[in-house]
Amino acid sequence: MSRKVLIDKVNIEGIRFYDEYRKNGGYASVEKAFKMSPADVVEEVKKSGLRGRGGAGFPTGMKWSFLAKPEGVPRYLVCNADESEPGTFKDRYLMEFLPHLLIEGLIVSSYALGSGRTYIYIRGEYAWIVDILEKAIAEAKSNNWLGKNILGTGFDCEIYVQRGAGAYICGEETALLESLEGKRGNPRIKPPFPAVKGLWDCPTVVNNVETLAAIVPIINMGGEEYAKIGIGKSTGTKLLSACGNINKPGVYEIDMTISVEEFIYGDEYCGGIANGKKLKACIPGGSSVPILPANLLLKTAKGETRMMTYESLADGGFATGSMMGSGGFIVLDEDQCVVRHTLTLARFYRHESCGQCSPCREGTGWMEKILQNIEYGKGKLTDIDLLWDIQRRIEGNTICPLGDAAAWPVAAAIRHFRDEFEWHVLNPDESQRRNYGLAHYADPLQTVTA
Amino acid sequence: MADEKKIFKVTIDNITIEVEAGTSILQAARSIGGDVVPPAMCYYSKLQGSGGKCRTCLVEVTAGSTADPRPMPKLVASCRTNVMEGMVVKSITSERVIDARNGVVEFLLINHPLDCPICDQAGECHLQDLSYEHGKEGTRYEFQRRTFEKHDLGPYIQLHMTRCILCYRCVFVADQLTEKREHGVLDRGDHSEIATYIEKALHNDFIGNVIDVCPVGALTDRTFRFKNRVWFLKPMDAHRDCPKCSGKVTLWNRGDEVYRVTARKNQWGEVEEWICNDCRFQKKKTSDWIIEGPTVVSRHSVISQGHYVGTVNPKEFLPAVMGGRNPRLLMDIHTVSEVNDPEIQLSKIEGPATSDVFGEEEKQE
Ligand SMILES: Cc1cc2nc3c(=O)[nH]c(=O)nc-3n(C[C@H](O)[C@H](O)[C@H](O)COP(=O)(O)O)c2cc1C
Ligand code: SF4
Ligand code: SF4
Ligand code: FES
Repeated sequence: MSRKVLIDKVNIEGIRFYDEYRKNGGYASVEKAFKMSPADVVEEVKKSGLRGRGGAGFPTGMKWSFLAKPEGVPRYLVCNADESEPGTFKDRYLMEFLPHLLIEGLIVSSYALGSGRTYIYIRGEYAWIVDILEKAIAEAKSNNWLGKNILGTGFDCEIYVQRGAGAYICGEETALLESLEGKRGNPRIKPPFPAVKGLWDCPTVVNNVETLAAIVPIINMGGEEYAKIGIGKSTGTKLLSACGNINKPGVYEIDMTISVEEFIYGDEYCGGIANGKKLKACIPGGSSVPILPANLLLKTAKGETRMMTYESLADGGFATGSMMGSGGFIVLDEDQCVVRHTLTLARFYRHESCGQCSPCREGTGWMEKILQNIEYGKGKLTDIDLLWDIQRRIEGNTICPLGDAAAWPVAAAIRHFRDEFEWHVLNPDESQRRNYGLAHYADPLQTVTA
Repeated sequence: MADEKKIFKVTIDNITIEVEAGTSILQAARSIGGDVVPPAMCYYSKLQGSGGKCRTCLVEVTAGSTADPRPMPKLVASCRTNVMEGMVVKSITSERVIDARNGVVEFLLINHPLDCPICDQAGECHLQDLSYEHGKEGTRYEFQRRTFEKHDLGPYIQLHMTRCILCYRCVFVADQLTEKREHGVLDRGDHSEIATYIEKALHNDFIGNVIDVCPVGALTDRTFRFKNRVWFLKPMDAHRDCPKCSGKVTLWNRGDEVYRVTARKNQWGEVEEWICNDCRFQKKKTSDWIIEGPTVVSRHSVISQGHYVGTVNPKEFLPAVMGGRNPRLLMDIHTVSEVNDPEIQLSKIEGPATSDVFGEEEKQE
């Protein structure tokens, strides 16, 4: 059984509310942390090896130690709860069912970073969770975990919840800060980084919900203990939101020691492919990371078992690997069409591009239109090379990683499923009659009438 | 103050120069000049926060600094990246840069109407110049282009979003020159547009400057639109006593008639001093102005056609062409034209005449 440290108590009746949460050991990490110096808390997080759970996997302790501390300038902690990456819904689960875990993590982290005003920037569509969080904050405050002079330490802290207005780009940390300041959510040009000039030009740390929740077990058990969970630099546990053609979609906490195969087929997790179908492909870390065909998903190009760790998922680079990303695990069975799937993602990125930089603004729209043609039987073989060329010229040439995130899925789909794109071009009529791609991925061949 | 600016050595396309710390790669390249200067469609040195968006100015940094000589993995926007001591940059000597730049030009053009013959900006359009330099003659884009209706933003300015490249310069102008910005970018991605949202007109005294900063024909002067092609007009530096601005402008005349007034621009196409709406839109008589003289226009600009300022006297090249021999019978047309001057007595000149002879005649008198 995989070890759980985040959502282990989620099934306790009433854990959503303060009394039950406190009875089950809640807020112990605050008591413990407040007996330490802020610098020691940061040190503990460094020892834990915790890596950011928002997508990039940057070591959290290191990020915290980069925070500039000029005299007389406030510092801010901002919790990124924008969670809009297709396939990712782990933060929602955490906030909905364990709101106090996040609040507790935020108090400890605010103390460590010296943030007297901490913000939760939450995806606008998560309206009902705003109520849950605000209730939890009110409960924490009336029990003196927030406000002035918390536990008599002299540390003041308030937490505010701010709703976004429905833009994926506002999950990018600098766009988030712009939006939080009440401006249009355009990513900023870096440097300066938020650690130096963030919210209202003050030093700021932006962390993902899950990252901040993980601070609680780290302080409770100690950084070194936490680091013993997992393999190598993938320490601790990770929440994965699994969806697609699997028997048991949902949010799972894994310690990073299991294989991809176990995660897909194990009864404890996804429970295998639905309807007795075969696995065709999978996007292991949210829509932005490269798609992998079944053979490369379960084993690396070197023939090793692929594990659910940052390193193993990335093994082989983009040529034969992918990324842990945000933990949005999307599974495609043999009946799914990669071209159609890629079109869906391309449409998403086109719609969500902020439009500041020309490669992303124009390139995403262009890719969508070409994919649309291929999917609907109007494509040409040269379109596939053109798509490749467009994504190549977007990647790395933009202000923020959304450009890359739009390019990678297209690149990976062509890299691994080029024959399926060609099949669409060469069989325009047949590709209209069934909703899945190339024949040899779907065995035996079925005909689906439109 | 002991706060002397540090001087950094930076090498761009194998040319090493020294610039002050805090200089961007783009500005350093501009101080070298010539082909190494990356094109800049969104950056505007006088507008704080501008740049970084269009990505035409991407360059490759092959060594970050003397202290950390690692190359930067990605191409960087030269307009928003500052030089470091010992930095080595490749602009036109990098294949990656050329490829990325071609890509950016293609992206900027896929939704651009490319109808320069009927666009008022033709002849002074930065996108036009950019596509001549970096574009391809064909297009790989086979879809309908994005179009918008034209909007009059009050009596003076017209917005045609179809041509906009979303450089945000006009937004910065409104932010930095006026008290309250009345327009901005609505929506996002390839469907974003410059708009005033509910109010239709732009009011501020200095808002006319958006026309000058707009690199394309998206914001144009309604008092001038389609009155004339810019290359038929003679630009002249002029000034007036203006209570609101410096009053230093360029008049665009044909004969005695002032067709339009703009701010003066430097060699990078950037406004030297902002001007007010009165100077720009109201003062359309030559008598409103004190004329200083013709504006120097780059020889490569179409606007220079028919203008004689800054043209090169061919005489200087002749000895080289003739292998060192001095031409005897060839005449400098400009000097010879003085033959029409009755003061010069042709009979006194010993033939065959040369320009030098004419010169001597003059000196003797
Ligand atoms: C387009 C885009 C969208 C993003 N959306 C989110 C998001 O919804 N939630 C999140 O935590 N991080 C998101 N990120 C990553 C953040 O920029 C940032 O790296 C993260 O919040 C840092 O937190 P961490 O260090 O705890 O992972 C996004 C990044 C990009 C480029
Ligand atoms: S890459 Fe896309 S989303 Fe990011 S800043 Fe550029 S246009 Fe905006
Ligand atoms: S209207 Fe002109 S100045 Fe304004 S964003 Fe568009 S191209 Fe730039
Ligand atoms: S001029 Fe540098 S990005 Fe536009």
